[in-house]
Amino acid sequence: MLWGVVQFPGSCDERDALHACELSGEARLIWHEERELGGVDAVVVPGGFSYGDYLRAGAIARFSPAMEAVAEFAAAGGPVLGICNGFQVLCEADLLPGALLLNESMRFVCRQVDLLVEGFGGPETPKSFHEPGERLSIPAKHGEGRYWAPEEMLDEIEANGQVAFRYAPGQNPNGSARDIAGVRNEAGNVLGLMPHPEHAVDAMTGSTDGLRIFEDIAAVVA
Amino acid sequence: MTVETSKHRELGLTDAEFDLIVEQLGREPNGVELAMFSLLWSEHCAYKHSRKLLRRLPTEGERVVMGPGENAGAVDIGEGYAVAFKVESHNHPSAVEPFQGAATGVGGILRDVFALGARPIAILDSLRFGELDSERSRFLLDGAVRGIGHYGNSIGVPTVGGEIYFEAPYEHNCLVNAMCVGIAKQDEMVRAAAAGVGNAVVLMGASTGRDGIGGASVLASAELGDGDEAKRPTVQIGDPFEESKLLECCLELLEKGLLVSLQDLGAAGLTSSAAEMASAGGVGIEIDVARVPLREADMEPFEIMVSESQERMLGVVVPAKVAEVLAVCEKWQTGAAEIGAVTDSGRVRVLRGEEVVGDMPVEALVDGCPLYDLSPEEPQGWIYSNRATLAAGAPAEETLLALLGSPSVASKRWAFEQYDSVVGSRTARRPESADAAVLAIPEAGNAIAVSIDGNGRRVACDPYAGTVEAVLECTQNLACAGAEPLGLTNCLNFGNPEKPAPAWQLDRAVQGLADACSALGVPVVGGNVSLYNEGPEGPIYPTPVVGMVGELPDPGSSAPSAFAREGDAIALLGPFAPSLAGSELTKLRGELDAGLPQPDIAAVAAACEAVREAVRAGKLSSAHDVSDGGIACALAESAIGAGLGCSIDLSPLLDRGCSAEEALFGEGMGGFVLSGDRAKLLSLEGPGAEVLLLGQVGGDTLEIAAGEMPFAVPIARARQAWCSLGGRFDGAYR
Repeated sequence: MLWGVVQFPGSCDERDALHACELSGEARLIWHEERELGGVDAVVVPGGFSYGDYLRAGAIARFSPAMEAVAEFAAAGGPVLGICNGFQVLCEADLLPGALLLNESMRFVCRQVDLLVEGFGGPETPKSFHEPGERLSIPAKHGEGRYWAPEEMLDEIEANGQVAFRYAPGQNPNGSARDIAGVRNEAGNVLGLMPHPEHAVDAMTGSTDGLRIFEDIAAVVA
Repeated sequence: MTVETSKHRELGLTDAEFDLIVEQLGREPNGVELAMFSLLWSEHCAYKHSRKLLRRLPTEGERVVMGPGENAGAVDIGEGYAVAFKVESHNHPSAVEPFQGAATGVGGILRDVFALGARPIAILDSLRFGELDSERSRFLLDGAVRGIGHYGNSIGVPTVGGEIYFEAPYEHNCLVNAMCVGIAKQDEMVRAAAAGVGNAVVLMGASTGRDGIGGASVLASAELGDGDEAKRPTVQIGDPFEESKLLECCLELLEKGLLVSLQDLGAAGLTSSAAEMASAGGVGIEIDVARVPLREADMEPFEIMVSESQERMLGVVVPAKVAEVLAVCEKWQTGAAEIGAVTDSGRVRVLRGEEVVGDMPVEALVDGCPLYDLSPEEPQGWIYSNRATLAAGAPAEETLLALLGSPSVASKRWAFEQYDSVVGSRTARRPESADAAVLAIPEAGNAIAVSIDGNGRRVACDPYAGTVEAVLECTQNLACAGAEPLGLTNCLNFGNPEKPAPAWQLDRAVQGLADACSALGVPVVGGNVSLYNEGPEGPIYPTPVVGMVGELPDPGSSAPSAFAREGDAIALLGPFAPSLAGSELTKLRGELDAGLPQPDIAAVAAACEAVREAVRAGKLSSAHDVSDGGIACALAESAIGAGLGCSIDLSPLLDRGCSAEEALFGEGMGGFVLSGDRAKLLSLEGPGAEVLLLGQVGGDTLEIAAGEMPFAVPIARARQAWCSLGGRFDGAYR
């Protein structure tokens, strides 16, 4: 199992993601200018403020050579996990439906939240260790994490089983539509979420619940 | 070029200082030279009113790797690694423009730390504002918190701790002190001294613009007053993305051994970094302003030399490695230009192409500024105002709720949730979960605890005792985390040192800092002085902010501050002698007056050791030191954090001669509220560590019997009061 973690200028959580990946395989950084992914089995687009995110979160990163390669990799069915800024980049790149808007509070928020795992649907859904309804305690930290899509699109992704995670009742930290914390593409191989599973892989820092998300993807590849 | 003799006054130099410059140069300075002298001879750069006092501080210790004089201090953490740290103020810029002022304060302290070759791993901040019912204070608080978050979150360094106090004397002149902690391999660290005649001087990072011109002399070294709006152009604008690239670039350059030395550009920009590097290395330096990448082409040489544009670093590079340095900078998309060279002239020469536009001896610039003796005079009694917001006869229950809801005591969750506290995967104790932030250091197989503290109100009551308390408070916070102090940094925020009362406060505070550090054996490895913090109503509370770093063997062994188990016993440990002098309660009653009891440093140190060892041995369920609001507030905080009540009988304290009110709400050093197994708590009793059993954890109410003042408060009600900060504030601005 070889993970690739994309690194843009302005990425913040790439080393943490690398560490989390290494708990279920080998991992290496992919510099944003690399057009080839070098035979990785799965890709993580990590959190941070790619290129400063001054225009709009993820708006510039989607045009990077590495993201062109990631789009091809995803189209070929390769597993891609976007976390926080990575989720924003994947939405900007149209690899995932919807968009992430400024938090309802208009403030950055860093808080441990509970996520509820949704049932998996879609034609090529990866096998999961998670049971629908399982609760994961994972930190969220972002200023632009309010998931938004037109109502019809929300209905559609719900019907397709594309909602991967919801904030537990009363814990939505940003005003996301329908408490959605993470979504996947129709094929099921591209997953994005705002909370940070890479920061929940060690009891010493608060939780190990995020590890399961990495293990799921590793299990699919295996 | 000659200079109008009044020009130097506008730049903040006295006539005598100007005459001294003329004497040292052997001629009148030209405009470029005068601008450079005025900055380097400003209080901010030359410490001319504080340097003599600072010589009292102990700076040596077995674990010290770098001490004062470098960009930051550093202590040995084992396995060849060092922890570097420093606290610095950005008060006046924040009082003028809080968002950018605070943001660039964070940016500046980060550069100080990575200038050593250390990767920043934590930010803490210490903030002071006027009372929260003032619109200005809410504006400043909101802007400063957003600014700190903007910079720290964007650059990927966690903000793990800090403190905020609200007191009327900071109404006009808020304080924004930021502390950064970094980790470095000791053999990859660099010093700021320029070395190697003929070596190239390379300016890296952002281009140079007109922002922040004269910040050090105009903003940082004079009192605030009317017309501060017009000073906005002297506040710099921060760009955390630029700094993120610069940080990674510099660390890669150091890892590859491509730099001889490195220095950040902070106050006074190129002027101070070039002159100080040359001074530290005992060499000369030549800078060609024509080679400095500019934002505006028509900038004058003096503007280029004094610009405080952010996100810039100055490196010294051997000529053969310049190309390699430029290539690494290009990889990180960070600007780089060779702008000068190290010389053996002992002079700072400023060129514009072939033309010499400034030529001064390094020594005159850096060490030539006269150092002044203060004329301290103890003021008569309490020189600050008093305002009563709580009636003296209020019942204990109402008093507790008023204290918990007082913004200085209340939970700061509203603020710290705006900061990323987890990036970096080291944060073992997040804000408010323990008395100190705890960060894992897997490189050395251990962990550090970090705390920042300084209660200006208590220092105002007694500058000596109050400053000793600031050091002890940090030591106590570290003890609760199971950590032993390694070193200390400080930021001395005071009023105008040319006035007798602030001069006295400064003198006494430095003595307190020196005595406490000497007695505890904790070296002062760096610091910063911020003077002239005054508003129209007079000086701020004298505010020495102390930042302390300690070591613990295992990040998992620190104790939380919240109760953990129903049925646990609760004890008070330590030589705690509560007094209402200078307390939060006395403030709410509008009865503040000069004077504090003198803390017994040795006794507090013994109690800290007992708590530290108990925490490390896993004997405690929780540990929380008694601080603002006294035992009642400490108990309430431990209870709220756990969602568990407690029943308490304070008669053991009354038996010591305390009044009920002192026992409940009195403050002082050396008190720890511990919970855990009863027998284990009793086993902690030892010399200097008296243990008083007070009650036990359980239920959903805080029940306290204190002589004639028994009362009960449901935890939910206490929480409502304690968590009131956001609700009182949000929506008030923007």
